[in-house]
Amino acid sequence: MDWTEILIDAATASIGPVAAAYALAAIGLNLQFGYSGLLNFGQAGFMLVGGYGAAITVEHGGSFWLGILVGIAASVVLGLILGGPTLRLRADYLAIVTISAAEILRLIVRSGWAEPLTNGVFGIQGFANPFFDLNPLATAGRYGWGDFTFQGRQLWVMIVGWSLVGLATLLLWKLIASPWGRAIRAIREDEDAARALGKNVFGYKLQSLILGGALGGAAGMLLAVEQQNIVSDSFLPQLTFFLYVIVILGGAGTILGPIFGAIVFRFLFQFFDGFMAQSQAEGWYGDLLDATDAQQIKLVLVGAGLMALMVFRPQGAFGNREELLIDDN
Amino acid sequence: MTTNTIAAEPGVAKPDPILVVDGLQRTFGGLHAVDVDHLEIQRNTITSLIGPNGAGKTTLFNLLTGFDEVDAGTFSLNGESLVGVPSYRVARRGMVRTFQLTKSLGRLTVLENMMFGAPDNPGESLSGAMFRRWRSAEADIEARSRELLERFGMDHMSSEYAGSLSGGQRKLLEMARSLMVEPDIVMLDEPMAGVNPVLTQSLLEHIKALRDDGRTVVFVEHDMDVVQEISDWVIVLAEGQVIAEGRPEQIASNPIVIDAYLGTQSNG
Ligand SMILES: Nc1ncnc2c1ncn2[C@@H]1O[C@H](COP(=O)(O)OP(=O)(O)O)[C@@H](O)[C@H]1O
Ligand SMILES: [Mg+2]
Repeated sequence: MDWTEILIDAATASIGPVAAAYALAAIGLNLQFGYSGLLNFGQAGFMLVGGYGAAITVEHGGSFWLGILVGIAASVVLGLILGGPTLRLRADYLAIVTISAAEILRLIVRSGWAEPLTNGVFGIQGFANPFFDLNPLATAGRYGWGDFTFQGRQLWVMIVGWSLVGLATLLLWKLIASPWGRAIRAIREDEDAARALGKNVFGYKLQSLILGGALGGAAGMLLAVEQQNIVSDSFLPQLTFFLYVIVILGGAGTILGPIFGAIVFRFLFQFFDGFMAQSQAEGWYGDLLDATDAQQIKLVLVGAGLMALMVFRPQGAFGNREELLIDDN
Repeated sequence: MTTNTIAAEPGVAKPDPILVVDGLQRTFGGLHAVDVDHLEIQRNTITSLIGPNGAGKTTLFNLLTGFDEVDAGTFSLNGESLVGVPSYRVARRGMVRTFQLTKSLGRLTVLENMMFGAPDNPGESLSGAMFRRWRSAEADIEARSRELLERFGMDHMSSEYAGSLSGGQRKLLEMARSLMVEPDIVMLDEPMAGVNPVLTQSLLEHIKALRDDGRTVVFVEHDMDVVQEISDWVIVLAEGQVIAEGRPEQIASNPIVIDAYLGTQSNG
């Protein structure tokens, strides 16, 4: 068992490009769920339309930069379509509609008849060249200390990704500290009270859904750019639930929570991945577990680890315990 | 404003009504929860709405403030129809309500609850929050909030979470918060329920102060002593209908009213 390798791999994953993309999508979800109380169970769908919007545009002759605009626009439109009819209704309608829409979108992009546009199950590759052309680092070079290193192209995605995370965090911080932020928190507490005071609850909820969804769209693009490859199965429903784990782990309704949550989640995920792979290869489990089983046990261990963290700190890393204990009305 | 010249009859016209209701109907299944032929609320008075449990008082409030939709009928505020107007626009037109079951914003502080009530805050729109200068307006709103909190004797708890207040304090906060909107007319649904006697007395003083500020107050109350003490006018609702109206002393001796209360009591 090479513990150093396991730990270094986990540390690498915790700040890698995927962690940045997860953090960005989680910031959007935190705005929706943590601050506005919206149950968006389809953040994976927002990421999908963002990523596919960009990839399809490039694949069909548009520039990469136009692709980015299309990706963002697609996630905004998705927010309008999903939020428009549901946000006037009870909270659970949004949950049902978002989770189904995300799955429907995924099944559509991988279906045969969408193939001319999406290339079906094989997905779209190599659309982000203009992004990597801007990379000031040596593409194949390795940067870091000792065994803890990143490839030049990976580091370039990380720099851009974490900068986006930083910008989104600043934006959220400014918004949440503003009267607009107070309004969405108030609506989370009680919609009718807000209406009775003359506030347009529907408008606020729609804005929050769209803004959070656009951050999800940006995150989906970041994932696709990093891989130079977009396939429908990167946007399974479990992706949304990973993001919920990240938000809750860091503390729902806190500014830094999603960043912290994404780092810890990616660390745990990679740690148990390495641990199970190595222990299985060394024959710890005899014939009991094959390599595929070991990967599945990994998810169980990640879940157990997360539960332990939540028992230890139910309000999440940055959450406020006093706030958690408030029993409304 | 004196109500001495107004006849004590159900549906009587008032000299300067702020709110006028005509043929208002709301049924739940076969139940006529509200069935009001004609009703006027006189401007700048304290009007008590009384009636046994289930009489339709809360439903009437819900209809008038856009929280429920009428089956039939019209109603207008300051001469402009409010039928079909969504609740938040009703508030912006000057009619603000509170709820029988208090709606405090638990995970906002008392001060934040108050500041949220302020209308026309430039930083409250998404674009305003990002691009406009809202801090000076926000400072004014904070000053006004603190002033009101002081008036309501709650200034010492301004940084506490509203969710940690007692039931009575939440009622007080909800009422103070509704005043941040600067409404013409306040509709208070059982503001004294569950409030201890000391707080009740100060709530009554606040309600009187609202009238002295030129506002109109409609409030639902069960305690007849309280009603006698502060009302300029009393409206009695039973089974959705206005069965009596008049000055408090006229209502206290009205046999129809006594009958309505005793009737429902003996029916359980
Ligand atoms: N949403 C509803 N659905 C069905 N019945 C209702 C509803 N709201 C109120 N009611 C009924 O309408 C009647 C009037 O209720 P309400 O207005 O709450 O009375 P009050 O406030 O005078 O006690 C009651 O019989 C109540 O059960
Ligand atoms: Mg009631």
